[in-house]
Amino acid sequence: MNKKTLVAAVSTGALLLGLTACSADGSTSGAGSTAAADATSCSNTIVYPDAPKVSVWAWYPNINTVVDLFNKAHKDVQVCWSNAGQGGDEYAKFSTAIAAGTGAPDVIMLEDEVLPGFELQKALVDLTKYGSDDVKANFSSGAWKDVSSGSSVYAIPVDGGPMAMIYRKDIFTKYGITIPTTWAEYEAAAVKLKAAGGPFMGDFGSNVPAWFTALMTQNGQTAWKYDNSSPQSIGIALNDAGSKEVATYWQGLISQGLVDTKDQFNTDYVGGMASGKYATYISAAWAPGYLSGNGGAATGPGAEWAVAPLPQWDTSKPVSVNWGGSTLAVTTQAKDPALATTVAKELYASDAELKDGVDTQTIFPLSKSVLDAEWFASTPVAFFNGQKANGEVYIPAENAYKGYTYSPFTTYYYSELTKAMVTIIKQTSTGEKALDDLQSTMSTYAKAQGFTVQ
Amino acid sequence: MTNPATTLSSPGAAATTPQAASTSKKPQSRRRSVSRGWIGWLFIAPFGIVFVVFLVSPLAYAFYLSLFSKGLATGTIFSGVGNYVKAFTDPEFLSGVWFVLRFAVVLIPVQMAVSLAAALVLDSLTTRLANFSRLMIFVPYAIPAVIGSIMWGFLYSPSFGPLNNLFSLINQQAPEILNSDNIFGGLMNVVVWQWAGYYMIIIYAALRGIDPSIYEAARIDGANPRQIALRVKVPMITSALVLILVFALIGTLQFFTEPQVLKPIANGAITASFTPNIYAYNLAFQFSQFNYASTISFSLGIVVFIAVYIFLFSTRKRRGGFSS
Repeated sequence: MNKKTLVAAVSTGALLLGLTACSADGSTSGAGSTAAADATSCSNTIVYPDAPKVSVWAWYPNINTVVDLFNKAHKDVQVCWSNAGQGGDEYAKFSTAIAAGTGAPDVIMLEDEVLPGFELQKALVDLTKYGSDDVKANFSSGAWKDVSSGSSVYAIPVDGGPMAMIYRKDIFTKYGITIPTTWAEYEAAAVKLKAAGGPFMGDFGSNVPAWFTALMTQNGQTAWKYDNSSPQSIGIALNDAGSKEVATYWQGLISQGLVDTKDQFNTDYVGGMASGKYATYISAAWAPGYLSGNGGAATGPGAEWAVAPLPQWDTSKPVSVNWGGSTLAVTTQAKDPALATTVAKELYASDAELKDGVDTQTIFPLSKSVLDAEWFASTPVAFFNGQKANGEVYIPAENAYKGYTYSPFTTYYYSELTKAMVTIIKQTSTGEKALDDLQSTMSTYAKAQGFTVQ
Repeated sequence: MTNPATTLSSPGAAATTPQAASTSKKPQSRRRSVSRGWIGWLFIAPFGIVFVVFLVSPLAYAFYLSLFSKGLATGTIFSGVGNYVKAFTDPEFLSGVWFVLRFAVVLIPVQMAVSLAAALVLDSLTTRLANFSRLMIFVPYAIPAVIGSIMWGFLYSPSFGPLNNLFSLINQQAPEILNSDNIFGGLMNVVVWQWAGYYMIIIYAALRGIDPSIYEAARIDGANPRQIALRVKVPMITSALVLILVFALIGTLQFFTEPQVLKPIANGAITASFTPNIYAYNLAFQFSQFNYASTISFSLGIVVFIAVYIFLFSTRKRRGGFSS
């Protein structure tokens, strides 16, 4: 072997060594992040380094404060929190971690609607084995039903979204609109607004299928029959008379030009609300926080916001519905499920932590320690110009909420419902036919996924 | 592939070499080349390892996944080509493929026309303005696709965008570009500007490679500038044009970023199966169907392969030295 060859071989070898060193380095840091309780990967400071650590994924805007409060108060366990993204982004990472069998945190923030899907993938621990019933009394039966399946409990509720009608007091006054208490009155008010050259009464956005689901539920839809005692069997009922009435009603509002059909949760929509393009916003208890903080200022000049109970189909039998809401669940990849359950039960549950959530308008707490507290009911809400919105509207709505059974394929259902809502908006289908088609699509899908459809 | 030029010239070369010398040298050189063979492998090893670890093995694993099927309520079972049969009869997948094919058919000629015209104009100008214009046409490509899409989202906004100002001048409501009727044109516009600059640079470079004496000859023969552009320049850069056509075709069939970014403001126009790539992404990460998502990805790969093959086959006679 001559000199040149030798030099070439040595330098190539050196390159290779560098490469393997690189990858060896990469794999150790990878291992560090999978063992997520490693203190270096936490986004918060650990107060008691000797205590066992529980890793948590959550995206509450004030979670940093909450975790600090929790860690200072717990010498026996420390939370190691990181933000894996909001909603769908986090679920995508969690799904990947489930498929890989590694990489999930011990405790994860999930919205109610995705719980059955992750239960079915055996990604969540049944908390009844670890004493979840200790905190059952802290929540309303509706909130507890949302996290339960059969006799099992898969998460601890934190935040809810009882629905109400947020409206622009200034616009109502200007056009002489009285607060509608039924959907018929809502339509009459919309007609009156339009006749007087006023703004839209509201908005029917195709990207809020959860909102539309809640409104159909209000009129008697019981979309899913599903629980984990027979996880291969599901009942689907999306095209009952009540749901069709709701779909036809909104299609009527759209065809008369009484409501807008913009996608929600974007700058255009929030900007439209600030500038007085809409007289009402049918939304949930978290909406004031979204509109005054995360969503950008919906408090344009002269905008006076107030809130009233959700209009009803039948005022003699009022129905309370929910949009959104989040929980803390324990994953089956948790190293110590008992300890993780303790964290799920106690994180965002102490008075100080919940008070911070209320003060920053981050959550609408479901814990009775807040719902039943005098200070919560009598707190004037700045967004509503000092209206005691919680006591007047949201607490009664939450207490009347009966709970909901979600399907194990909520994301797919929402994507199909969005398509149906587009056909309703574009009038390419009637509200009734859109729901009939949706029913058959979802039945076909459930069968293809191996479910027995009842 | 053997180069016909070397096979032709080697007998001639051998004929001039003395027979004895060549026979005595040959074994030695062969031994040397064998002993040096492994050094070549060493040199490509850094690339080869990365290639195998990060490209070949994930592809192989995805292909393996695509042969199994798992329903939400059932266990994993081997289904062989069953998933592929399902994919090519799945209306969601087929409508996505149909969309990207239509998109490619309209987009590519437009993109080509814009980039070719820009390159020809810039090539015949030598002012400072030409340099500036070249930079400006290229800038959209330098902006990441995600940022570019967000910017277009604002430009299209009926309440914030410039369209609103323009239409209010004539007392009209600004059109809603991001809805299911106009989304095709809206996305088309974004992608044309995103890539036109990049293709313009490729064409421009090819034009710069042409020997200027050819233009001189054309001028002496009485060709005017337009004839030089269309009859001399364009035919001489066919291979560059074919190259960017292939790039554009593959890129368009894998359309993902722009619709994914614009989805939240598209008023329901961008569905979960809008393009095959978006469908694969949603299947895997939203609907928890990794196996079927792998199948969709490979099926898209098959579609891309067929489309590129048909394209290269149909331009075989006309193109220059792109693949030889």
